[in-house]
Amino acid sequence: MKKPIYLDYSATTPVDPRVAKTLCSYLTVEDGLFGNAASRSHQYGWDAEEAVEKARKNVADLIGANPKEIVWTSGATESDNLAIKGVAQFYAKKGKHIITCKTEHKAVLDTCRHLEREGFEVTYLDPEQDGLVDLGKLEAAMRDDTILVSIMHVNNEIGVIQDVKAIGELCRSRKILFHSDAAQSAGKVPIDVEEMKIDLLSLSAHKIYGPKGMGALYVRRKPRVRLEAQMHGGGHERGMRSGTLATHQIVGMGEAFRLAREEMAAENERVRMLRDRMLEGLKDIEEVYINGDMEQRVPHNLNISFNFVEGESLMMALSELAVSSGSACTSASLEPSYVLRALGRSDELAHSSIRFSIGRFTTEADIDRAVELCHQKISKLRELSPLWDMYKEGIDLSTVQWSAH
Amino acid sequence: MAYSDKVMDHYENPRNVGNFDKDESDVGTGMVGAPACGDVMRLQIKVNEQGVIEDACFKTYGCGSAIASSSLVTEWVKGKSLDEAGEIKNSQIAEELALPPVKIHCSVLAEDAIKAAIDDFKSKQKG
Repeated sequence: MKKPIYLDYSATTPVDPRVAKTLCSYLTVEDGLFGNAASRSHQYGWDAEEAVEKARKNVADLIGANPKEIVWTSGATESDNLAIKGVAQFYAKKGKHIITCKTEHKAVLDTCRHLEREGFEVTYLDPEQDGLVDLGKLEAAMRDDTILVSIMHVNNEIGVIQDVKAIGELCRSRKILFHSDAAQSAGKVPIDVEEMKIDLLSLSAHKIYGPKGMGALYVRRKPRVRLEAQMHGGGHERGMRSGTLATHQIVGMGEAFRLAREEMAAENERVRMLRDRMLEGLKDIEEVYINGDMEQRVPHNLNISFNFVEGESLMMALSELAVSSGSACTSASLEPSYVLRALGRSDELAHSSIRFSIGRFTTEADIDRAVELCHQKISKLRELSPLWDMYKEGIDLSTVQWSAH
Repeated sequence: MAYSDKVMDHYENPRNVGNFDKDESDVGTGMVGAPACGDVMRLQIKVNEQGVIEDACFKTYGCGSAIASSSLVTEWVKGKSLDEAGEIKNSQIAEELALPPVKIHCSVLAEDAIKAAIDDFKSKQKG
């Protein structure tokens, strides 16, 4: 069977063949590069350490950091956990208040929920309708006992880019630490932790053509940010994250970040052209809504609600495309996307959303086919939709008394 | 998530999609669910003078299982008396379509839709 067209690059990316090739050369006895980077007594260990440090520099270079500020982790989820719990536990004597936003990734929200159970207080900011955090509201939420602000750089569902530089300035002026999850932004948006005054930054390899199971946390050295380790053991990574380093994964992440630095500008231009082609092709469908700000947005994301069509059945109809839906109807909860709800989108629109995310290996033909399919399937499903009938009859759905179930 | 062949069949080729004039005296209309929950079903029946459902149609906003459940019941109710149709249970629908546990609510909604359509028809006869 023909594989579906992959338009879910925000979920994960394939490993770039150049990355895969480099990564694979750090595994076998024939290659001789399988050593433990912590082995200080022989060539195998020294070679592994050299490779790890080279990768560390490549990761640091993409975000304007010093390699000594990079801590390897298993991915952005672990980085978020380490940053938030690590800071909270270390600075608990100073204060127990944390600020974040309702549209953060679950790795941040659930970590904050966990801390609430441990006696911390968390403020969950409402974003504006365009998905962006209002600086005035952020400032108003800051208190004398606020120790950390955690606001993601780019949202995973709607692709909006937060003004992390302004948030960083504000946090620094109030002597509050600033953590940002950059899993979706690294390699897509320029990052400079100095200019943006970011204290902690979570990174992922598999969102930018590196391997899964690999990430990093940037931890600022000047002014120094302290963390309580969450993984104890041999004291690797300056005591912040113990565990033998996964050399091949690290080398893969390093190579992916190096390629991102070199190719980001050209790739963004190509991807933006494809995204705009898609938008152009879809915009003549009636009752189509873009979720999230279109200007402050990464070039590869298009999150669209097709009103009066339910997201899961649309995904079923679009089985030729690998995309994701903001509707979580497959879970027992029937809850639509919490991100779209937080933007104030109606339940109908939240249930009707599809996220298309484009990447390095997407072609014009892929986009054209996707547009063609959307046209076909949406008109088919609207033919089936009682809500579409009602809309066509001029009935305002918000005035109807529904029997909620 | 994998769908059963029967769900796929009803989803790909839904039976009896359409509308009857809801103001006609021999038509009963049941609309259940809510857009906020991600499912709205509208089921209509046309009843003859002997009290037998002669025809049925539906439109559904919802996932594939919701569409399949409503398509299936339009087939089932045809030729049944109102009482017989009112006895259709969601468990029969769920079994026929091999719905997984998270999709049982779709069959519940379809049962509710039949009942609502029958009630609507009956209340019209009284009026």
